[in-house]
Amino acid sequence: MPVKTIAGKEINVTEEGYLEDMNQWNEDVAKAIASELNIDLTDKHFEVLNFLREKAKNGETLTIRQVGKSGIVDIKEFYKLFPKGPMKFASKIAGLPKPTSCV
Amino acid sequence: MENNNKKTLEKVNIICSKGTLEDVYAALVMANGAVMEGIEANLFFTFFGLEGIHKKHMNNLHTSTAGNPALRMPGGGRMPTLLGGLPGVEGTVSAMMRKQMEALDIPPVDEFLEMITAGGGRVFACKLAMDMFKLKKEDLWEGVEDILTIGQFYELCDGDSTQIIFI
Repeated sequence: MPVKTIAGKEINVTEEGYLEDMNQWNEDVAKAIASELNIDLTDKHFEVLNFLREKAKNGETLTIRQVGKSGIVDIKEFYKLFPKGPMKFASKIAGLPKPTSCV
Repeated sequence: MENNNKKTLEKVNIICSKGTLEDVYAALVMANGAVMEGIEANLFFTFFGLEGIHKKHMNNLHTSTAGNPALRMPGGGRMPTLLGGLPGVEGTVSAMMRKQMEALDIPPVDEFLEMITAGGGRVFACKLAMDMFKLKKEDLWEGVEDILTIGQFYELCDGDSTQIIFI
């Protein structure tokens, strides 16, 4: 399993760069991954990331629909925050596995 | 030989020509999946597929219970065509399917289309089929951008990494 230095921390990642262990995540790691994707994280981004992490901790399958119903952003705003790959990029930045749902 | 010049898919143009629950959802899942991957998506509804954007029918689509050999009853036995043809059976089975889908967080058709357009996907209706079924733009879901001829549809399908998918 590849090890990558992200924000000065040795982190286990998959071939595609998703964190293997969501507990190795912190806000600096998020910022570093986001900058690779050319995304500047704002407070709004972090609200979404924390929402996804909370859901993932409870073992729920994450879908874009849940984010739209979260009360944090609607789906249009979600696409604006993470252009061209809202669930994929948000999951990656949140230190979560690649999304497994088709919706 | 390995091809090092592979191009990623940039645009899908999905034609939905059928109005059953499973056909319309196939089109919606593919379109939504595309925009979520950063792939442009155009949805073109034609013939019976227009049911999927008909304001009054879109959230109450049916799956056929008569003459559908893949349809299984709870327990795994095939649904006999005669049984599937009884009044009310198709409606009940279709409602059960919608409930199953809801449990997987698959939204109703109108909400699904809103998710797709929120991600930049575009939704169109076929002019010839609209004329055939005597439908007007007012009969359709508000998010339908335009009513197009097939020629106009092809104009949308430009680009060298574009696919047309027919359902």
